[in-house]
Amino acid sequence: MSDAHVSQLRQPLIPEDRSYKQISEDILDTLEEKPSKAWLICFTISAMVLTIGFFTVAYQVGTGIGTWGLNKTIGWSWDITNFVWWVGIGHAGTLISAVLLIFRQRWRTAINRAAEAMTIFAVACAGIFPLIHAGRPWLLYWVFPYPNTRGPLWVNFRSPLLWDVFAISTYLTVSLVFWYMGLLPDLATVRDRTKSSIRKVLYGIASFGWNGSNRTWHHWEVMSLILAGLATPLVLSVHTIVSMDFATSVIPGWHTTIFPPYFVAGAIFSGFAMVLTLLIITRKVLNWENYITMGHIEAMCKVITTTGMIVGLAYGTEFFIAWYSGNEYERYCFVNRATGPYWWAYWSMITCNVLSPQFFWFKKLRVNIPFVFFISIVVNIGMWFERFVIITTSLHRDFLPSSWSMYSPTWVEIWTYIGTFGLFFTLFFIFIRILPGIAVAEVKSVYKYTRKH
Amino acid sequence: MKKDFLLAIFDCEEKLLASAEKARDKKVEMYDVYTPFPVHGLDDAMGIKRSFLPYITFGAGATGLTFALCFQIWTSAFDWPTIIGGKPFISLPAFIPITFELTVLFAAHTTVLSFLIFNKLFPGKKPVIMHEEQTCNKFVIAIEKENANVDELTSLFKDQGAIEVKVQNVDMNP
Repeated sequence: MSDAHVSQLRQPLIPEDRSYKQISEDILDTLEEKPSKAWLICFTISAMVLTIGFFTVAYQVGTGIGTWGLNKTIGWSWDITNFVWWVGIGHAGTLISAVLLIFRQRWRTAINRAAEAMTIFAVACAGIFPLIHAGRPWLLYWVFPYPNTRGPLWVNFRSPLLWDVFAISTYLTVSLVFWYMGLLPDLATVRDRTKSSIRKVLYGIASFGWNGSNRTWHHWEVMSLILAGLATPLVLSVHTIVSMDFATSVIPGWHTTIFPPYFVAGAIFSGFAMVLTLLIITRKVLNWENYITMGHIEAMCKVITTTGMIVGLAYGTEFFIAWYSGNEYERYCFVNRATGPYWWAYWSMITCNVLSPQFFWFKKLRVNIPFVFFISIVVNIGMWFERFVIITTSLHRDFLPSSWSMYSPTWVEIWTYIGTFGLFFTLFFIFIRILPGIAVAEVKSVYKYTRKH
Repeated sequence: MKKDFLLAIFDCEEKLLASAEKARDKKVEMYDVYTPFPVHGLDDAMGIKRSFLPYITFGAGATGLTFALCFQIWTSAFDWPTIIGGKPFISLPAFIPITFELTVLFAAHTTVLSFLIFNKLFPGKKPVIMHEEQTCNKFVIAIEKENANVDELTSLFKDQGAIEVKVQNVDMNP
């Protein structure tokens, strides 16, 4: 590939010299080996948490969502907070795989596979909350407009909650096929390398008979670009629609036109933080430092700082507009956020989301792995607080002071939330055991980028 | 069905690309080229025409868009009209989010399915393998023996740095 247009200052994406065979070995040998002790411990803990989460969900489905800490004033809190938080985390995967593909950011090749897997698992976690909130999850198919014996009575196409159904299911299925089409060439590599006959059969079935034919590659590349082009507006639409769950209502604090871009920036912000959390551990445990390099970590830190500042700007704009609108309910809602009984949640959000990413202006801190890891977790805590602040503080003091109320979660809600971490990490650990965690073929295609050969 | 192929095996994409271009200049018809990753420039060298997939995407997207709009208008204004939020029965702006999502849904899945169907990829299909490392680190040019002047091409590929040139009987329906 010609790199005539690439600056001489650019560094190779894969610092150490490798042959194509060694790249396959570095990434794929882990699938051939027995699981390490560290993996077994992590997997067992995740699976145990998932089990507790499963029983908690079973309990609340059996008993009803009266087991939650909601009341007449606060009808939405942890459930929707966790839903929006998980969906937002998922968005970084699509951003890395689709948006960076369109922008021809070749460094994405080393992290897109894991980030897309994260997308799918995060959306699966998100889906659990509306599923439980439906009360009777076995009737959830009622959200789809199918011909029925009740008229047919159709779903309400003017409801943002229904838009959510369409947005999330489109997003989940499109992300899934995008991810799987990217996996095909690598599954074929595993199939052709493995010595185990069971693996040969299983990866043979899963790789759809891929053989690296250039006639297929040609269509594959066009398809990847098309899917990236479709996924980019899709990912923006999904969080836009999620924000419309609030923005199309008339609740002070929710009824704002700034929500769609503000939510999308927040989603990218928290998603990149989660990608960092996962990949900092993965690259260490699987010795992938040559592929997921300091350059990747630095680039992701810069994205976090940028989106963190967009989110900070949105917080400021919201406050300014609340004052400038002259609407006393709107104004009260925001003053109450910062100084009312939930002030600690608001200021945790500001500290984690606006202040903490500013450390990444310094290169010394961007390359300090434990520090980056710490901030990545801080950012996700902050983004969780953002959703909690928006949702709960806008509801808890409504128009009638006699119904003002406070909210605290019950053990059921806490364990359901922790349980989704169990689901997320269990799926992620299974993923890095059985599927290539780095897109081998794509990494090989950028190996010679700016390399003297 | 088995077929005889002239296979030229390379260990790097630059030599492969140069050879494929040389072969094209000699008007050799290449059956296929097998590479571990997409090699840019090879499509021209092999004379592959631009993929038809974008047209399918457009058609499917247009279908999704039309279907979503018609369906929402039909259910909300004709089949069971209901006043919701004082909006008109055909409240177009409120129908746009779902229209957009279905456009993407139809376009993406139809594109992927067409890709799989036209390239004959499906779960459990046995791959045609010319060289056991073609998905790892070897680059293979395959030319049907009946279309190839074996001696001339062997020396051409050897000159271009092929690590091996051979005639091989390949099972096309493994």
